[in-house]
Amino acid sequence: MHLNRFSLFPALLAAFMITLTPGCKNDRQVKETPSDEVVTVDSIDQQLIDDVKTVKEMFYSMPSPLEVAMMLKQSGSVYNQELLNPLNNTSQYVTTRSRALNLGIYTTDLSYSSLYDQTQTTIDYINAAKTMAEGLGILHAIDKTTIQRLEANVNNRDVILDIISETIMSSNSFFKENNREAISTIVLIGGWIEGLYIATNLVKENPTQEEINSNELYTRIADQKLAMNTIMKLKEKYASNKHLSSIMKEIEGLRQIYNEISIETSRVVPVKDSSTNVTTLKSETTLTMTPEIYKQLKEKIDVIRTKFIS
Amino acid sequence: MSKLSSTLVILTLLMTIPLFGNSQCKHFAKQVCKKELAPYIHNGNFNAAILTEGETAEMYKSFYSNQNYRLYICESSAMPRIRFQVLDINRNVIYDNKNNGYKMKWDFVPESSQQLIISLKVEDGENDSDGEPLSGCVAIMIGITEAAKESP
Repeated sequence: MHLNRFSLFPALLAAFMITLTPGCKNDRQVKETPSDEVVTVDSIDQQLIDDVKTVKEMFYSMPSPLEVAMMLKQSGSVYNQELLNPLNNTSQYVTTRSRALNLGIYTTDLSYSSLYDQTQTTIDYINAAKTMAEGLGILHAIDKTTIQRLEANVNNRDVILDIISETIMSSNSFFKENNREAISTIVLIGGWIEGLYIATNLVKENPTQEEINSNELYTRIADQKLAMNTIMKLKEKYASNKHLSSIMKEIEGLRQIYNEISIETSRVVPVKDSSTNVTTLKSETTLTMTPEIYKQLKEKIDVIRTKFIS
Repeated sequence: MSKLSSTLVILTLLMTIPLFGNSQCKHFAKQVCKKELAPYIHNGNFNAAILTEGETAEMYKSFYSNQNYRLYICESSAMPRIRFQVLDINRNVIYDNKNNGYKMKWDFVPESSQQLIISLKVEDGENDSDGEPLSGCVAIMIGITEAAKESP
């Protein structure tokens, strides 16, 4: 894929607009410890800009179902099985669109349940995902051996997560190999909406501004504005796919609500901890989401998710 | 007739070569690259392509606050070295592996959720014995963890 110099313009414009957006503060201060080493940040690299004009391959990477589930777990959420897409729905998914969406939805459900050590539910949901995958023609992403390996490792969460990661990659790469990358995007959108549905049902429906500012899960929900930007890029990339186009009509309303949320991030200062070799990207964020916007967001997510699982 | 058959065979071969490439790339990412992410867990997304020396690729991805990430750029053997940079949305360089001994792994934790750009270039190397530019599979692998983990 080749880019011309004008392709940079929307990104630069978006970044410029973000820096202009005001909002109430949820700041983090840049702190350093003695073992930290501030890494010099270079300004815009001219050679790199020249290279970008001839980029051969451009990837727009959405959060995977595993990442979505991990975000839920890390924000201190509880587990609620009632929020998962019921298993008896599998038989009603007979179209490419519904199978792809629900492959993503069931994969997020099984990732979520595995992170809370709900082993039987994880096994049940990997079977549901297997049904969806087979319906899409992916015969080896989840096979008998995968299920047996999962059953043999019910007490080993690392192995379970590795199996889930492998099944996501297998279906992802299957679509790429078969020039059906738009379907892969639909799977990821399904998984992402499921994560948002679970998240918005684990917090108060009508929060105060204070509750929004103090509960990390609300921040995670608002953060998904970033993933929305990626979805818009994928929409452009696969504009000719009719399945994705119909889904984008549903997503458009959500995008408009996300546009009301502002996220302002200061310039990153990378600080490397020489004892762990981990670099912290220090920066401050100002995120604004009012209770009214949150309410609209939750309602829209409920509507989309209901359509996706119906 | 035989000319038509030959043309069809050649066309079929030309059409399947990219599929073989993708398939090999998947196998390579699964068998080789994933292991290098440990103890981080691969997020599952498959971002790989066949690149030739001098070519570049970019990945746009959102990274979330206080989540531990391992970025690993994996290339098949006999390829020239890869330079990769991590940029913010304004294309300011946050990390450049050229300044870090061309290491292919980078562990980081963002304090704020943000979109980052991973930009890589297969540097020009020595051509193969036929004088053809070298090409091979390059995968961008993202590892995540449940809790803070130290680099081995």
